Amino acid sequence: MSEDFNPSCPFPIQNYPQVLLAHGGGGKLMQQLIEKMFATAFDPMSKEGLHDSISLNLPGKRIAFTTDSFVVRPLFFPGGDIGTLAVNGTVNDLAMSGARPLYLSLGFILEEGLPMNVLWQVVCSIKKAADTAGVTIVTGDTKVVDKGKGDGIYINTSGIGVIEHSLHIVPSTVKSGDLVIISGDVGRHGMAIIATRESLNFESAIESDCAPLGGLVLQLIKADTEIHCMRDLTRGGLASALNEIACAAHLGIHIEEALVPVREDVAAACAIMGFDPLYVANEGRFVIFVAPQDQAKVLEIMRKHPQGQGACCIGSVQSKSQTNVVMKSKIGANRLLDMISGEQLPRIC
Amino acid sequence: MKYFDEYRDPKLAQQLSREIHKITTKHWTIMEVCGGQTHAIVKFGIDEFLPNLIELVHGPGCPVCVTSLELIDKAIAIASRSDVIFTSFGDMLRVPGSHSDLFSVKAQGGDVRMVYSPLDALVIARQNPAKQVVFFAVGFETTAPANAMAVYQAKASGLENFSILVSHVLVPPAMEAILSSRTNRVQGFLAAGHVCAIMGYKEYPPIAAKYRIPIVVAGFEPLDILQAIYMCVKQLEQGRYEVENQYTRSVRESGNVLAQNLVGQVFCVVSRKWRGVGEIASSGLALQKTYEDFDAEKKFSLQHIQTQESKVCISGPILQGVKKPYECPAFGKTCTPEHPLGATMVSSEGACAAYYRYRNVEVRSV
Repeated sequence: MSEDFNPSCPFPIQNYPQVLLAHGGGGKLMQQLIEKMFATAFDPMSKEGLHDSISLNLPGKRIAFTTDSFVVRPLFFPGGDIGTLAVNGTVNDLAMSGARPLYLSLGFILEEGLPMNVLWQVVCSIKKAADTAGVTIVTGDTKVVDKGKGDGIYINTSGIGVIEHSLHIVPSTVKSGDLVIISGDVGRHGMAIIATRESLNFESAIESDCAPLGGLVLQLIKADTEIHCMRDLTRGGLASALNEIACAAHLGIHIEEALVPVREDVAAACAIMGFDPLYVANEGRFVIFVAPQDQAKVLEIMRKHPQGQGACCIGSVQSKSQTNVVMKSKIGANRLLDMISGEQLPRIC
Repeated sequence: MKYFDEYRDPKLAQQLSREIHKITTKHWTIMEVCGGQTHAIVKFGIDEFLPNLIELVHGPGCPVCVTSLELIDKAIAIASRSDVIFTSFGDMLRVPGSHSDLFSVKAQGGDVRMVYSPLDALVIARQNPAKQVVFFAVGFETTAPANAMAVYQAKASGLENFSILVSHVLVPPAMEAILSSRTNRVQGFLAAGHVCAIMGYKEYPPIAAKYRIPIVVAGFEPLDILQAIYMCVKQLEQGRYEVENQYTRSVRESGNVLAQNLVGQVFCVVSRKWRGVGEIASSGLALQKTYEDFDAEKKFSLQHIQTQESKVCISGPILQGVKKPYECPAFGKTCTPEHPLGATMVSSEGACAAYYRYRNVEVRSV
C-alpha cells in the first residue's frame, strides 16, 4: 500500500544529482538506477530478478491490452503530475473496455540533466497511483536523450487487464434510445495544465481531475447494468468523445448544454481564454451509454463513488440517419457540436 | 456563472424573441460588425430566435480574417529568420499566407511562440538579449492599448531587441466603406461593444446621420445581441437612425480616455489594406515616427513580397456581408478548418469557421 512506501530514495542522489547519458547507456550506472530506484519502488521487478521480460499468470480468457505515451508540460500541476497521468491514463483506457486493470509496463525517456530528485518524485507518484488503482508495474525500460532533445521526462505505459464478464462494451452496441451519462464536471485537467503552464494566477487553483476509473466501472458491471459503451474524456474533451462514438455507432447523439456540469472557476478560466470547456481535456471523467431502464441504478452507484459523485444524464442517442452530435444551446437553440480540427487556440479579443 | 448565466437565460431569450417578432413588419438586413458577435450568434443559434424577415450578415470585425496577406507573408518571412523569436496571439498562427503559415515555420525550426499579451513578448525580449523579439500586433481598437503599452515600455526601458509588426485596423472607416459600396445591403449595424469600451461611440452619430442608418452598440452574450437587434429593428420600423448603447455595463460614450491617450501617443492613423476588402483610407494604425525603432517592417529589410490569394475563396464578399459562407463552392469541401483556403475559415470568429462548426448538417451537406 502507498502508506507503507518509504519515500526516501535508495538511489544515491547525492552522487548523481542529475540524469546523465550514462544512466541510459546499458552499463553500471543504468543498472544502479534500475536496481536502486525503479526495482525498489516496484517490487515485482526485484522479486522476479531483473530479466528481459516477465511471465504473468492471467485469470480468465479475455484480456484487454492498451498503450499510451505521456509528454505533458509542465511535469507537475495542481492535482497530479506526469507519473499519476501515466498510470491513470492507461488504467482508464483498460477500464473503458470493462477490464480489471492488472499490470503496467513503464518506459522512461529521460532528458540528460534532469534533476534526479524530480525523477524520484515522479517514481513515487507512479507507485502511489499504481497502488491506488490496484495495478502492478511489472516491467520497464529507460532511455536517456541529449540535453535539449526532450522535455525532462516522457513516459510510455502499456497495460493488461482481464475481462471477467460477457458484456460487449464497444460503440457498435450503442442503440437508439440509450441515455448518455457523464461521471462529473468537465474541463478541469486541461485548464489546470494551461493555468500552470502560462502562470495564470486565478483566485483558486484549478486542480486536475486525474483519477483511476477502474473501480467505479467494475462496480457498474457487477451490478448487472446494461452498459453499451464507455469512453474516457481525454484530449479533445467531451465533444470529441461523443463525435467518435456517434461516428463509430452510425447514430446521432443529442445533448443539452445546460445539463453538462462545468465548475464555475473552470467556466471562468475558459471564458478568459476563449476556450469551450466541452473541448478541454479531462483525465478522470467518462461517459456511459446505458439502456434507459438502468439509468437510475447507474446514477445511484456512480454518485456513491468518489469518481462519480457529480454523475448526471446529459442526453440521449437518436435514431437519426445523421451520425453527428447536436447540442441544445443554453438559450434553447440546436446546433452542431463538431469535432475540433486541431488544438483550441486562445482568441485575440 | 455570474455575468454569464443571466445573459443566457432561455426564458428571457424567448421573451425578447416574441418582442422582436411583434415589431417586425418588413425585411431588414442587419450587420453585426464584430467577429466575437458572429461567433456567439452561430454558437448559441441566436438567428433561430428571429423572424424570417430579419437577415443577419456578418461583418469584417475579425482581426485574424482582415489582416492583409502581405503582412502575413511578412510575418512568415521574419519568423523564419534564425535571429528572431516571433511572438503572436494563438489564432494568427494558422492563418494561411501565400505559401505557408506560422505553425509550419515553427515546425521547420523557427522560434515561434504563442503569447497571451504583448507584455509577455516584452518579458521574452528582456530574457533573450541576443535575439530580436517581434510581436505580431494585430487587432482592432480593442488590442491597440496593450500593444501601445508594450512599445511605450520598451522605449522607456531602452529595450533595443523588441519590435512589433503592426497590422492594426479601425472599425468606423470599415463601416463607412461598407455603407458607401454600391453592393451594400446593410440597413442597420450592431457596433462592436469591446471596441466601444475603449473608443466610446462619439464617432458614430455622423455615420448614422450621413447614411441614415441605426447603430446599436452591442455586447456579446445571447441576450445582449437579441436586445440590440430589438433596439435596431425598432429604430428601422420607426424610421429613426440614431446611435444607441445596449452594452451599458461596459461602454461609456467617452470610452476609456487613458487608453485612447496612450494609443494616440504611440500610433498614428494611416490607410491600410484589409484582406478580402482592399485598401481603406484612414483605416489603420502605424507607429508614430518617434517610435519607428520598434517597427519590425523597418527593422527587417524584407524583400518585395509577392502575394497570391486562393482563386476560389470568396472571403472578401463574405467579410463585406454580400455573400454567406455556404455560397462558396469550396466551403466544407476543399476549404475546411483543417485546410483553410482563406482567413475566414481559420479564426473561430471567422464567419466560415463559425458556420462550419456550429451550423446544422443541412448546411454542411449542400
